[in-house]
Amino acid sequence: MTEPFVHIDRVSMRYGGVEGTLALRDASLAVGEGEFVAVVGPSGCGKSTLMRLVTGLWPPTEGTVVVNGREVTGPLSIAGMAFQNPTLLPWRRILPNVMLPLEVVRPHRGQLRAQRAQYERKARDLLKMVGLEGFEDRYPWQLSGGMQQRASLCRALVHDPRLLMLDEPFGALDVFTREDLWDVLQSVWMAKKPTVILVTHDLKEAVYLADRVLIMSARPGRIIAERRVPYPRPRRLDQTYEAEFQAIVHELRDRIAEARKGETADAR
Amino acid sequence: MRGKAARSAQALAAAARRRRRLEAALPWLVTAWMFLLWEAAVRLFGIEPFILPAPSAIAESMIKWWQPLLTNSWATLLTTFVGFAMAVVFGLLLGVAIGSSVLVYRGLYPLLIAFNSVPKVAVVPILVIWFGAGFWPAALTAFLISFFPIVVNVATGIATVEPELRDVLRALGARPVDIVTKVGLPRAMPYFFASLKVAITVAFVGSIISETVAANEGIGHLMLVASSRFDVPLVFAGLIVTGIMGVLMYWVAVTIEDRTTGWATRGQNDPRLAAGG
Repeated sequence: MTEPFVHIDRVSMRYGGVEGTLALRDASLAVGEGEFVAVVGPSGCGKSTLMRLVTGLWPPTEGTVVVNGREVTGPLSIAGMAFQNPTLLPWRRILPNVMLPLEVVRPHRGQLRAQRAQYERKARDLLKMVGLEGFEDRYPWQLSGGMQQRASLCRALVHDPRLLMLDEPFGALDVFTREDLWDVLQSVWMAKKPTVILVTHDLKEAVYLADRVLIMSARPGRIIAERRVPYPRPRRLDQTYEAEFQAIVHELRDRIAEARKGETADAR
Repeated sequence: MRGKAARSAQALAAAARRRRRLEAALPWLVTAWMFLLWEAAVRLFGIEPFILPAPSAIAESMIKWWQPLLTNSWATLLTTFVGFAMAVVFGLLLGVAIGSSVLVYRGLYPLLIAFNSVPKVAVVPILVIWFGAGFWPAALTAFLISFFPIVVNVATGIATVEPELRDVLRALGARPVDIVTKVGLPRAMPYFFASLKVAITVAFVGSIISETVAANEGIGHLMLVASSRFDVPLVFAGLIVTGIMGVLMYWVAVTIEDRTTGWATRGQNDPRLAAGG
């Protein structure tokens, strides 16, 4: 692998001063450009902390975070984010919601007024890609949870971010909607090829979507193992019922169970 | 079968219409009943007009003194409105500052609470010393009494922006100003309009308090003069006119609220919008 696009090098993160909680300890990971990586682990292991470190929202207590060859010292503007909660703005219709990043990110914010039509077409294309054509003029509360999450995904992608950070984006959805959205995400990723870091607790989701699954230990979290997923793209949902796929999911499960055992041992 | 279903649907719709008509008429009916009871009680127990005048006596007084009532309530409306407008501008600015900066919040909030606890009647004499009796003490009292609810509400709306949304924007390189203008302010609007409804009514209280202490015109002044002449029906006429002005201004605030922040009530009465997918 050449120079990784995202490189976290022995990073520790502690909240609330010297005596505070240690969320991450000596965590290291490298993600190549255009790679799709999933991070799984027991709950409370610092997965979301990892997200905030990579996007520069919080500075690490120790260690360095390098993205795109530069050390991260403040918020990146090449990142798009989506969370479990769609966090759409209820006073905006779907199209302006999706276009929100364009009003903020440089250089788009300066060009938005002059090239409005062009940007709007781009947002509409994205909405079409995730199956929201015809809903551009609705308000978020007129959409179901799954549709809101689709729109949230569009908002994360509209400024063509080179890095897409997803923090359990499908966690609050029912199984069928979630599986629909896996395919939506897969096709968007194949079309645009951003680097993706997906934090999830759904192992099936991790294996289905990612090139590589990273496993975190219990708190204080660090990456303890990784598993490459060999399937070519596009992957199909019926593959998830095949024995080989199930075997990978089981293997990950066992690793996480071990990690959790370590947690109870620590507690004693 | 279908005819029956259609008929019962019609009956349901008719029942809903009747209910809506009743709801619209209810405030008027209740008010009318209150005045009727009042009138009956005064006549039945033979209460003297200088203790509690009957509504008919108040109405008589209103007709007799319609001109001073009109000019003075116009003066009060004007003072209240000027004070209220100042409160809106100042309250919005201070609310944004307090809501978006923890430092400003920590520094100013205790002072604001202390200030709000001071009875505004006690401030009026000071304002009179500074500005002389008349328009300005009344307008400023209306301002002082009504800016506080606006500040608190706007600050709350801005301070409670979802942390995840803040993260989304910060990760895009948004400056604090961007977060306030794109998210904080629009999000605070329902809080702001809710506070306007409170603020406009207390603004009337402010200006009338000041008018009863030191003024040459205004409904408060009129009531003061009337009571010094033991013209109690006219005092009550002043009270009723004040109440009417308060309701009118409240209604204006509600109308503006409905027009601008319909998204916050999410069109609950529109069945079209209940669709999911």
